[in-house]
Amino acid sequence: MFTFDTIVAIATPIGEGAIGMIRLSGEKAIHISNRLFLEKDLTQVKSHTLHYGHLVRPDNGKIIDEIMIAVMHAPKTFTREDVVEIHCHGGIRVIQSVLNLILEQDGVRLAEPGEFTKRAFLNGRIDLSQAEAVIDLIRSKTDAASEVALNQLEGKLSEKVRALRQKILDILAHIEVNIDYPEYDDVHEMTTQEILPRVQEIEKNIHEILSHAKTGKIMREGLKVAIVGRPNVGKSSLLNAFVRESKAIVTEIAGTTRDIIEEYINIQGIPVHLIDTAGIRQTEDIVEKIGVERSQQAIEQADLILFLLNISEPLTVLDEQILPFIQDKTTLVVLNKNDLPQKISQKEIQEKIGSFPYVYISAQKQIGMEDLEKQMVKLILQDDIGKRNDVYLSNARHIQLLNLALNHIQEIYSGIQADMPIDLIQIDLTEAWSHLGEIIGENASDDLINQLFSQFCLGK
Amino acid sequence: MILQYHAGNFDVIVIGAGHAGCEAALASARMGVSTLLLTINLDMIAFMPCNPSIGGPAKGIVVREIDALGGEMGKNIDKTYIQMRMLNVGKGPAVRALRAQADKSLYQQEMKKTLELQENLTIEQGIVEKILVESGKVKGVQTETGAIFHTKKVIIATGTYLKSKIIIGSVSYESGPNHQKTSVKLSDALEQLGIRLVRFKTGTPPRVDGRTIDYSQAEIQPGDKNPQFFSFTYSAEQVEQIPCWLTYTNEKTHCLIHENLDRSPMYSGVIKGTGPRYCPSIEDKIVRFSDKSRHQIFLEPEGRNTNEVYIQGLSTSMPEDVQRKMVHSIPGLENVKFMRAGYAIEYNCIDPTQLWPSLEFKNILGLYCCGQMNGTSGYEEAAGQGLIAGINAARAVLNKEPLILDRSEAYIGVLIDDLVTKGTNEPYRLLTSRAEYRLLLRHDNADLRLTEKGYAVGLIDQSRYQQFLQKKEAINQEKEKLKSITVRPTKEINAWLSSIGAAQIKDGIKAYQFLKRTEITFDILAEKGYADKQLPIDIKDQIELQIKYEGYIEKALQQVERMKKMDEKKIPKWLDYDQIHGIANEAKQKLKQIQPLNVGQASRISGVNPADISILLVYIEQGKNNGLRNKGYE
Repeated sequence: MFTFDTIVAIATPIGEGAIGMIRLSGEKAIHISNRLFLEKDLTQVKSHTLHYGHLVRPDNGKIIDEIMIAVMHAPKTFTREDVVEIHCHGGIRVIQSVLNLILEQDGVRLAEPGEFTKRAFLNGRIDLSQAEAVIDLIRSKTDAASEVALNQLEGKLSEKVRALRQKILDILAHIEVNIDYPEYDDVHEMTTQEILPRVQEIEKNIHEILSHAKTGKIMREGLKVAIVGRPNVGKSSLLNAFVRESKAIVTEIAGTTRDIIEEYINIQGIPVHLIDTAGIRQTEDIVEKIGVERSQQAIEQADLILFLLNISEPLTVLDEQILPFIQDKTTLVVLNKNDLPQKISQKEIQEKIGSFPYVYISAQKQIGMEDLEKQMVKLILQDDIGKRNDVYLSNARHIQLLNLALNHIQEIYSGIQADMPIDLIQIDLTEAWSHLGEIIGENASDDLINQLFSQFCLGK
Repeated sequence: MILQYHAGNFDVIVIGAGHAGCEAALASARMGVSTLLLTINLDMIAFMPCNPSIGGPAKGIVVREIDALGGEMGKNIDKTYIQMRMLNVGKGPAVRALRAQADKSLYQQEMKKTLELQENLTIEQGIVEKILVESGKVKGVQTETGAIFHTKKVIIATGTYLKSKIIIGSVSYESGPNHQKTSVKLSDALEQLGIRLVRFKTGTPPRVDGRTIDYSQAEIQPGDKNPQFFSFTYSAEQVEQIPCWLTYTNEKTHCLIHENLDRSPMYSGVIKGTGPRYCPSIEDKIVRFSDKSRHQIFLEPEGRNTNEVYIQGLSTSMPEDVQRKMVHSIPGLENVKFMRAGYAIEYNCIDPTQLWPSLEFKNILGLYCCGQMNGTSGYEEAAGQGLIAGINAARAVLNKEPLILDRSEAYIGVLIDDLVTKGTNEPYRLLTSRAEYRLLLRHDNADLRLTEKGYAVGLIDQSRYQQFLQKKEAINQEKEKLKSITVRPTKEINAWLSSIGAAQIKDGIKAYQFLKRTEITFDILAEKGYADKQLPIDIKDQIELQIKYEGYIEKALQQVERMKKMDEKKIPKWLDYDQIHGIANEAKQKLKQIQPLNVGQASRISGVNPADISILLVYIEQGKNNGLRNKGYE
């Protein structure tokens, strides 16, 4: 039987759902869960038992969620390895924070797509007919057309990582030249004191990338899209059209949505955090007033505004009142209810609303949704939304690799402090370099040698 | 038509008596297998056509590995050195490397003597024209003069002799290194056997008369006062060392080259072979690094009984008249007598991915190839491969599994794995950066790493093996002892710590941990009575190093564990890459060509990505379950 490291992934589909399930598999699955479980010693419980309790952060004891946890010993499990299933509350925020907490532990990494199934297969659990499916899963990781849009955003990350790697490579090449060509006098002897500031800069850069990840963009929270419009233009209908499930209350009475409703959806591979704002209007209703204020906040934080107009009714002052709030935002005007007779002309929009891009839909009838999504993606990619957010860290694997790189950078400091020779310090530098390489799928060991010979004039 | 005749039977025949051939022949003979060594010229055994030097970073470690495995190079250079120098002493233990300047001619004589005295070994002059192969299996060789030798195994170690051509300016002629006879027919014969050849190029600088050098204009580069040696067992004598000298090229040299660049075969297109980046000609350096105003030139004496001096850094194929002017433009060399011109040499060698890691050809049973013929460069790289080829040919005769060193065991392992897995598109040189576990592959622990293996194959005798075991035991015992001894925070200790500006200790600390402090050495521990003063220096060093760098060593060992897991997953012979859907085409082609033995090796092939490896794993497992085959996949 194969022995594998321990992997973790969210097992339930991303999106809504009352319960989310996170699955761990591998030698350390039970050990790691035990570290995070407040109530019992999970290493002592019987196999195939379910336990109620709380998941806590081990360093500060903070409770992350109330959970049910299933412990299953090998081999009678899906993967034939030790498996732990954590049932937590649904909703992407909770699930993500549970996943992130697990990933922070030593000895566990995020599963590749299809990896549980692959293990099940390799460990002889799944019968043969599934083999092809497994291979398709592995393959789809690289081929998925749906990821194209996301990849474009990731391009920025690659750029940053590439620049970082080049910085490291420069130091590495210098150290290597010192080692392999000790008599070559053109490059001075690199000292650990000299690399210190350069390593600090690299550390700073990694932190910068990570901090963008932490303030939460794509995947972790999604790109923020706010749906705004006067009451009863169909904001909740639009939201529902997006999520295709009636969660927000849709009525004909203006002002039904008194609070912000949020949903996480996926538009052509880009995770979007959709915010349905309460209608903005002057109101005396206190509850509604609070809702309106929150809406204004939501607009401020949004990356993209969907400004909804009810095209079956004439433009009102209420529509125009919204304009000041969205002036500096990237906005797509969504002309809703185009299944009904149109009461607003394009000219009117141009004059009163402005020259925003627009799209016709009927949220209720789900007409024009594809067009709307296309327009949104176009704006997301074209506009400076990407620039504003700087770098998108799209998945936990990238975050984990950056953290690993960071760990090695920190080891460099302790190495320098312990007065270790530079060729040992270099080991951690190389490790950091190769972890960064994994993010962008580059790990050619020849890079270093090529750098050596292009940068320095070496040889007998 | 030359009359062919039967000239003898051997178990193993080695073609070529350079650094690879000598090791191969000695290893094979020493393993008790009747061996014949054939060479174009018996006076050219173990000749150094380029640098009169052995060792250096990575290479020096290879020499120690050869010694630990029972090879000859380390002993031979220890007998014939004229200078010893430990490089990188200011750096960490992993990158220290010994380098010797050799008495070139003495080196040859010593090696020839060793070969002549070796039991089971016959050495003979002769040019092999043909390798006799019957149904994919080696049967013998045939020489230019009609001699046919029958054999079970043949090792090709022909260096740069195949269809080689010397080029000096516009002059070029068929010739082996140093104007030796080239071997033309063997090259064609190999191609007829279906072996792919490539054309590489290398070069050498001019030599001058040392008596005419003005050393006052150069900087002296002396040997070490207390020289260390390569061999773990041979007790070398301390001899009077001869220094090298350092000088520089200048604008005048560079101008001369620029002015005559059109006459350079490198730039006029005459030279077609691929040259090494790490050993560029001076014209190449000047063109590629035009911003540099000078380049280092090392003057290396070629021996005690000669005045010839090798001009390291001035490798060139410029016309001879330009070479003279170039030499004379260099400070200290203004009035030197020119003795030999530098030249470029083009030669045929094989694409090494045609070999198994045992260095046997995949398509011809019993045919091995090693050394520069495998596309490498350097005496040490050649010798390391020669030793492995010799061991494996002899082991095959004895019906034993080949010896394959992995990347965590030896630089030789890195070298061969690189060659057979990745191939090379330029003459391959070992660099320390090619070894991912270089902290484990140190020069000081080569014996600890490899003596066991040398003993297992029969190249290390009982007495040396016992010595090795004793050394290992002594190291472990002392390490255990240090773990049990406590250094107490006495007044004396703390006063002493303060006096050297180090932090005092508050509580008792184990001597083992104490040694990890920067300011503490084994000798200090011994002096203070915590460690054994009597231990030999190599054992003391070993203990200190193993303890001081324990953290990093542990980390490296963990990485090795991961690599080994992949290396343990064998790729079964029945696997047909064409039947695997899902693997990218480029990867499929590569896998079919390289035929990796295990998943680890497969993952190191360039162009094979992790997804391909996952799919490969799936199929291997499938086949084990007999699944796909039952379903008609095979």
